Amino acid sequence: MQDTLDRITANPKFLEFVAMRSKYSIIMAIVSAAAYYGFIILVAFDKEFLAKKIGEGYTMSIGVPLGVGVIAFTILLTWIYVRRANTEFDAINEALIKEAQK
Amino acid sequence: MTKFTKILAGLLALAVAGGAIAAGADLGNTQKQATNWTAIVMFAIFVGGTLYITKWAASKTKSAADFYTGGGGITGFQNGLAIAGDYMSAASFLGISGLVFANGFDGLIFSIGWLVGWPVITFLMAERLRNLGKFTFADVASYRFAQTPVRIFAASASLVIVAFYMIAQMVGAGQLIKVLFGMEYMYAEILVGVVMMMYVLFGGMTATTWVQIIKACMLLGGATFMAVSVLLQFGFSPEALFTKAVEVHSKHDALMSPGALIKDPVSAISVGMALMFGTAGLPHILMRFFTVPNAKEARKSVAWATTWIGYFYILTFIIGFGAITNLIQNPGDFYVGGELAKGLKGGGNMAAVHLAKAVGGDLFLGFISAVAFATILAVVAGLTLSGASAVSHDLYASVFAKGCSSESELRVSKITTVALGILAMVLGIAFEKENVAYMVMLAFVIACSSNFPVLFMSVLWKNCTTRGAVVGGFVGLASAVILTIGSASVWEAVMLNPKGSAWFPYNSAAIFSMSAAFFTIWLVSILDNSAQAQKERALYPSQQLRSETGLGASGASGH
Repeated sequence: MQDTLDRITANPKFLEFVAMRSKYSIIMAIVSAAAYYGFIILVAFDKEFLAKKIGEGYTMSIGVPLGVGVIAFTILLTWIYVRRANTEFDAINEALIKEAQK
Repeated sequence: MTKFTKILAGLLALAVAGGAIAAGADLGNTQKQATNWTAIVMFAIFVGGTLYITKWAASKTKSAADFYTGGGGITGFQNGLAIAGDYMSAASFLGISGLVFANGFDGLIFSIGWLVGWPVITFLMAERLRNLGKFTFADVASYRFAQTPVRIFAASASLVIVAFYMIAQMVGAGQLIKVLFGMEYMYAEILVGVVMMMYVLFGGMTATTWVQIIKACMLLGGATFMAVSVLLQFGFSPEALFTKAVEVHSKHDALMSPGALIKDPVSAISVGMALMFGTAGLPHILMRFFTVPNAKEARKSVAWATTWIGYFYILTFIIGFGAITNLIQNPGDFYVGGELAKGLKGGGNMAAVHLAKAVGGDLFLGFISAVAFATILAVVAGLTLSGASAVSHDLYASVFAKGCSSESELRVSKITTVALGILAMVLGIAFEKENVAYMVMLAFVIACSSNFPVLFMSVLWKNCTTRGAVVGGFVGLASAVILTIGSASVWEAVMLNPKGSAWFPYNSAAIFSMSAAFFTIWLVSILDNSAQAQKERALYPSQQLRSETGLGASGASGH
């Protein structure tokens, strides 16, 4: 077991993989935070923009589809990440472990 | 099982007697409504069904691992529903739809805030938690650190969070039972306390999980029915719904724009931080990640949880607007004395409940009332389980009685469950007349300022040491509590100091307390050059290996 651990840690592909995956998850976290804080900053600084109607003669304001959009975007982003992690990343991960166990 | 059956019989007798007394009680209290037998019967069916499941779960709950994690064999989809069940509290269902009913758009801002913590957990925490931990998040935070100090910190922070969250739930239960069932405050405390104890005590995590799943399905189903009924009235055109709402509501077009809910940018960002990162520090949520067999299922859990919670918040927005269009024009049925000026019967948070009657009649009203109450029951059970595991696993088995047997650990967790159950009832009764509105927010602020930074830094920052994590964690915990006491919601609303005297000017302490925690962890860690610190840094690569690959992670304990 210890051999396997040492071999994985020593494998440059492992470090490369971890760095790549961490970078991906951090970018995703930043994107989701940006969507939320973008919305909150509009609430804090530009209420007029959110109150604007979506079109001539409409009651609905821009804020409503934007807000619902943030919710939908959050869900979508989560599934994009999970799909990639559960297929591509897990496959690389297993390959690295197998390689080290040889 | 005889003990179980006996308690069950006693409990049913208590519920029946409680109902009978409530039926004959004086209805002089303005808050308390007429006894709602449909709701009581539906709730009794829910309790009966879930206790039956508990009986089944009890046969599977033999070891400490079963108690904490249900044997680790829950699927990602099931766990996702259970997490959503944990998270969709009565406060978010009744509170947010009530907020939309009163202010329109502002309600949406709140619900988005409650959702955005989930991607953070998905991207940064879920799989690492699962790979490093076994029963509690302290397993993860203390992985390469000195056990005693980190465990004591984690257990203290968890218990403080559980206490505040629990008081808010128990007081909410008491207030709701008056309005929904027409029963006395006291019955809610006893009912929630006793039933919740039965779930946790006998069925541990397995029973708690299934209670959460059933409740989540009922809540999602009921809310879907209401939202669809509302949309049906308007030919599935949201625009038509909004137009009608703006026409009948006293705020008219202001319904469609952000109002005074967020008073200044610092508060806006600070509240956002508490919601976003607090979710990733709530012990009863973190604990759910150890119920699934591996990292893959852990990721799936959060994705499903995010989906259900997001969907649910969109529903509450529609429900709030549906309440505007359905209730305001029928003041006779839904308003005190039939007058708009006197407000909704049972208060502003009852918008969704009244809408249930408007779209589904008395039977559906009974269903929604039962669901709203069951929601509190389920959340309190989850909180109690996480509080019990903090005491039995983190304090007893890892600090005070190191190396104790699984049986004695299980015994301590059961004793703690009973103690916490009694404590919940006592606190619920003691806080009946207190203003507890700030407590859930405070729980989130503490979570994002103590558990979250410690967890985050210990897992992701190589140079983090025991000293840094513990000192930083306690600094975050203390500053969160102290600054919240100084804010208007406690200083003025609870401690009754004159208006304007609050010395902390923002709605939420998170931006300061969370930064203080991170800064202290960093500072104390880099200044720490003890031998212990060197050892801990040297252990980082092996921790990283396990957290990233899942090699050596504790699998499903099964049977």
